[in-house]
Amino acid sequence: MSAIIFAVVSVTIIGIICAVMLAFASKVMAVEENERFPEVRNCLPGANCGACGFAGCDGYAHALVEGGTKTNLCVPGADGVSKKLSEVLGVAFEDVVEKVAVIHCHGDCKATSDKLEYRGIESCRAAKLLYGGKGTCTFGCLGLGDCAKACPNGAICLENGIAHVNPRLCTGCGICATACPNGLITTVPATVKTAVYCGNTDKGALTRQACSRGCIGCKKCEKACPAGAITVVDNLAHIDYAKCTSCGLCAEACVTGSISSRISQI
Amino acid sequence: MGELVHFSFKGLVVILMSAVFVNNYVLQKFLGICSFLGVSKRLDQATGMSLAVIFVMELATAVTWPIQYYLLNPHGLGYMQTIVFILVIAALVQLVEIALKKYIPSLHAALGIYLPLITTNCAVLGVAILNIDKQYDFLAAMVNSLGSGLGYFLAMVMFAGVRSRMEEGETPKAFEGLPILLVAASIVSVSFFGFSGVIDRLFS
Repeated sequence: MSAIIFAVVSVTIIGIICAVMLAFASKVMAVEENERFPEVRNCLPGANCGACGFAGCDGYAHALVEGGTKTNLCVPGADGVSKKLSEVLGVAFEDVVEKVAVIHCHGDCKATSDKLEYRGIESCRAAKLLYGGKGTCTFGCLGLGDCAKACPNGAICLENGIAHVNPRLCTGCGICATACPNGLITTVPATVKTAVYCGNTDKGALTRQACSRGCIGCKKCEKACPAGAITVVDNLAHIDYAKCTSCGLCAEACVTGSISSRISQI
Repeated sequence: MGELVHFSFKGLVVILMSAVFVNNYVLQKFLGICSFLGVSKRLDQATGMSLAVIFVMELATAVTWPIQYYLLNPHGLGYMQTIVFILVIAALVQLVEIALKKYIPSLHAALGIYLPLITTNCAVLGVAILNIDKQYDFLAAMVNSLGSGLGYFLAMVMFAGVRSRMEEGETPKAFEGLPILLVAASIVSVSFFGFSGVIDRLFS
C-alpha cells in the first residue's frame, strides 16, 4: 500500500512542479498581443496571396495594428475591406487601386507553331523542363494552365493554346504570377488600357521566326510614346505604368501588334 | 534494470545510421503515423514538422534519461516511466513554445504550430522509452534520438515527394484520398526493409 501512495505522491509532485513552472513561464514570458489584432485579421479575406507585400494576411494585420501601414493594400478585398479596416483602426478611408493580372503573351496557335508534340504531365512547369516547352518560342505561354489551376476565382481560361484573363473575375491577387514558369504574368492597375503582350528577349530576327506577334525590339513605341513611359530593354518593350497615360499611340505604332489594347484581348 | 551499455565511436555511428535507416520510427516501427500522414502534404510543412520533431526528441531524451536513472530507478519507480515521461515531455514542450514565442519569434513562426502537435506524439515517447529499454548510456541515447529524428525527417521528406507525384496522377475513384495514401505509405515502408542488415554489415 505504501508503495502505491509513494508513487501517487511522487507523480503528483512532479505534476505540480511542471504546472508551477508553466504558470510562472507563461506570466514572465507573456507576449503582449494587441487586442485589436483578431478584429483586424477578421476584416481580411484570408487568401494569403501576398498582394499587399506582407507575408500573408497575418503579416499584413500585424503591420496594420502596429501602425504606419496604409489600409488600401489588400487588392483582392478591394474597397470593402479597406473601408472595414479604416473603421476598425479609426483612420481615413483610402480607395484601393484595383489591379488585374495581365499575361504578357498572345502568341496563340495562329501566331506561332509547335516544335514538338508534348505528351507528358499536363503542367506548364513540367513541359518547360523539356526543351523549354513545346512551342517554337521558349518565352511564351505554354498553354497548359498552371495559372488557371492556381487562380482561386476561376478567372483564367485557356483558348487557342494560350491563357487569357477575364478581368471581371480577376481580383488582382497575383497568385497566378508565381505559378507561371516563364514569369509572363504581372498585375497592373485595372485602369491601364495598353500592355506589352510578349516576353521574348531574343533578337528581332529570332523572335520573328518564332512568332508573328512577338516584340522585335524596333523601338517605334519608345519614340511614339509622348509620356516617355516605354523603354526597350533586351529587345523587349516595357511600359512604366506610373507614367503611362493610356493614350494608345504605342499600340498604333507597333508593327507586330505585340503592344495592344487590353480590351481587345478579352 | 541491468548495467548500462557503453559504446565506442563506431558503435555510436552504427546506432545513428540504424536509427535512420533500419529502425526508422515511421516506416519500420510504425510510430508517429498520424503526423506522418497529416503533415506530409507539402514539402515545406513536412520539413518544419520534422525539424521540430528532431528538436523535441533530443530535448525529451536529455530530460527523461536522467529522470529514469536518478529519480525513478533509485526509488523503485521504474514502472512509472510512461506516465512520468508523458507528463514531463508535454510540460517541457509547452515551456519551450512559450520561451520561443518570447525570445525567438521567427523560429516560433516556423516551428511554433508544430510544437503543440508533438507534445504527446508517440514517436517522441517511443524514443524516450526505447532508449531506456535498450539500456543506452546518456551519449548513446542522445545519438539514438538524433538518428530517430533524422529518420523521421527522411520519411517525411520522401513521402512529401511521393505525395506530390500522386497528386499529379489520376487515382481510380475507389482509391482516392486516404486509401491510396496508405497504399503508398506501405510501399515506401516495404522499400525500407531493404536496409535491414545493411548497416550492421557495413560497419562490422
